[in-house]
Amino acid sequence: MSDITNILVVGIGGQGVMTATEILAEAAIALGHDAKKTEVAGMAQRGGVVSSHLRFGPKVLSPQIAPGTADVLLAFEAAEGLRWQHMLRPGAMALVNDSRFVPPIVELGLFDYPDNPVADMKAAGTKVVAFDATTIAQGLGDIRLGNTVMLGAIADHLPFSADDLLACVLQRFQKKGEKMVDLNRRAFAAGRAAVGTAEAATA
Amino acid sequence: MAAVMPAPAASRVLMSGNEAVARAVWEAGVKVAAAYPGTPSTEMLEVISTYPDIYAEWSVNEKVSLEVAIGAAYAGSRAFCCMKHVGMNVASDALMTLTLTGVVGGLVIAIADDVGLSSSQNEQDSRYWGRFAHVPLFEPADSQEAYAMTLAAFELSEKYQVPVILRMTTRINHVKALVTVGERQEFVGAGFKKDPSRFVMVPGNAGKRIPLMFQRDNTLRAEAEQSAWNVIEPGSDRRVAFITSGPAYMHVKESFPDAPVLKLGFSWPVPFDKCRELAVLADQVVVVEEVEPLVETELKAQGLKVIGKEILPLQGELAPPVIKPAIARLLGELVDEVPLRIKPAQVFPRPPTMCVACPHLGVYYTLSQVRNLNISGDIGCYTLGAGHPWQAMDTCVSMGASMGVALGMDKGRGESDKDKRIVAVIGDSTFLHMGMQGLLDMVYNKANVTVMLLDNRAVGMTGGQDNPGNGRDIYGDEAPRVDFAKLCEALGVKKERIHVVNPYELPVLFKTIRDEVKVPDVSVIITDQPCVLIKDYHKLKPFEVIEDKCTGCGNCIDVGCPAIHVTRRAKEVKPNGREVDLAFVRIESSVCTGCTLCVQPCAPGAIVHYAPVSPIKLVTKGCGA
Repeated sequence: MSDITNILVVGIGGQGVMTATEILAEAAIALGHDAKKTEVAGMAQRGGVVSSHLRFGPKVLSPQIAPGTADVLLAFEAAEGLRWQHMLRPGAMALVNDSRFVPPIVELGLFDYPDNPVADMKAAGTKVVAFDATTIAQGLGDIRLGNTVMLGAIADHLPFSADDLLACVLQRFQKKGEKMVDLNRRAFAAGRAAVGTAEAATA
Repeated sequence: MAAVMPAPAASRVLMSGNEAVARAVWEAGVKVAAAYPGTPSTEMLEVISTYPDIYAEWSVNEKVSLEVAIGAAYAGSRAFCCMKHVGMNVASDALMTLTLTGVVGGLVIAIADDVGLSSSQNEQDSRYWGRFAHVPLFEPADSQEAYAMTLAAFELSEKYQVPVILRMTTRINHVKALVTVGERQEFVGAGFKKDPSRFVMVPGNAGKRIPLMFQRDNTLRAEAEQSAWNVIEPGSDRRVAFITSGPAYMHVKESFPDAPVLKLGFSWPVPFDKCRELAVLADQVVVVEEVEPLVETELKAQGLKVIGKEILPLQGELAPPVIKPAIARLLGELVDEVPLRIKPAQVFPRPPTMCVACPHLGVYYTLSQVRNLNISGDIGCYTLGAGHPWQAMDTCVSMGASMGVALGMDKGRGESDKDKRIVAVIGDSTFLHMGMQGLLDMVYNKANVTVMLLDNRAVGMTGGQDNPGNGRDIYGDEAPRVDFAKLCEALGVKKERIHVVNPYELPVLFKTIRDEVKVPDVSVIITDQPCVLIKDYHKLKPFEVIEDKCTGCGNCIDVGCPAIHVTRRAKEVKPNGREVDLAFVRIESSVCTGCTLCVQPCAPGAIVHYAPVSPIKLVTKGCGA
């Protein structure tokens, strides 16, 4: 069991959760691991909940992460971090994009969005590092860089080096030209720095 | 989709089960591949269409796709078709006679069972088609096996001239894992050789084929007994042995790494002797199969003492958190229910929503404003119209069912609904799949139903695939396009009862629906704007809300567009003393594409074109990041 790393990436359909998990899988494979990636995402393209499981190690059997066994939780949205925190093993870290996506069902007044999902996670005893990937991406000039910011955020919480992950991220953008590669390099670094700063502040 | 250079042989590639099957189909030298899209099977044909030297097509429904594959296999070529589990219900008419004729070139049918219902109207166990149709069936447990079993299935198909089913589940189709791929083989079909006694299934000919089918069962069972896909792993923990297949095998190995296991890869016909061989290795035998107790029932009929659904659920996936406690209880052990350190949080549900500016928003907003309707629905993105805020769909059964169900609701009216107007809602692709026949039936039997035919030029829910309604084939090349108005007229709908309406023009849509439901005849209202996720859709200038002008009436929220967000809520007491809830809104202008659906019901004119302070980049889909 312990030789398998379990990474859970969660968010909302359309945010790029599945692509981010796939890049993490590619990095693990490039380093010689066996890997399986799974999600249930049939209707998730339509703004539903997406949870993407990545397991890697010498030999992976079941593709699913059992509740209470995730080594890292990477949440693309605050309430989704709260929704999935029980998947973490004791002492494991949640990295949460503290920006909100309020669905129509809440806007209609049928349900409430939690006042402070990150505070709720902390109150439940989860180790949380929160940062605002959306604002960071907007600051870099393109909201679509949020995905790479999120990968930067997890880069120092993996059993391989941040540079190994960065190489896989940048490979995706090779064809789109040096400008895109550079933007993504900066987005990755910004995500890494945001988590580093937040961690230092809580240490 | 554009053709790509296939990965070279011996590469290890991260592939979903669907991609792995597609690769194997190409490597097997298949000449014809056909399917109708359906989650979780869709990507198989999509990926096949990117490979060179293979004919791929989106068929109008699964039955036609199987028939296309049958024709190619009769002609001696290798053929493939795939579908989601419910697709085989449609295709089964062809399958049940195909088993009598058999095939010449190899024919493999991949069926994707949506175990856990991630995107389906029911949960079915397609392994029963193996038993029902007397054809062999493979069950892969991961992408590598999906690849290898597809190749093996073509060999087996030709060896016994029998179609072979590859039974997959969502947890195979959509899981990505490593696959080592190989070379493409050339396979040249012999051409069709006439043989009426075999290919013309009239009673006299078919009757003679039936004994051959039963004989083949015995041959296939002997083959399964010897198959390298059915392997016993002896293990060292002799308390419980497992007979299992598909993804459940992985879950069993994860949960009980030392237990004896018989992994059934070639699972129909069930290799009884192999099962008996396993049974002696342990005190008890548990059959772990998703979904139904098929193997369990067969083994019990053989007199084997096995345990199955007495302790395991009949629904959903059999993942370790399900299997482990069930086996612990069986062994009388303390159930290892490690209390989760953190209990699952109570968070609002986040059901799938319609997209920003989706043309269906206008239809459902309007239907929700028309009183006295019973709405018979169908399968596609527009099934979401059953949800909030519209709640404008009252039934959903199967592909095309909106037509027949509406007719039945009309003819079977009770006292409480004798004055109700019956509306049927169906999408373009669903209409062509199985709705046309129902419309014909309505016309023929003089129904009083208003049909909403939502033509968005795509199979939206499965990812916007092309179909005969949008004039493009699977390769994106131009193809003849169905004229829905003419088609409805040809089916007998009166010309004056057919209306083509822009669903973004709410007053016209409202008036047309309100007028047509009053006419005691079959009417068809066709909406004609494309899905916002396909290239035919063109974005317009985004809108924003002038905060000071918004009165909090909430009309725009009732449209149901996910770009509209509430900024604050308040209560107001009207002069008559009634208290009303107010919801003041903003529009997320970075995702708004200017469809105007929220502008039209805004009484105070608070919604205006967005004037950005600095240039923003619009994101093209979903909610943004």
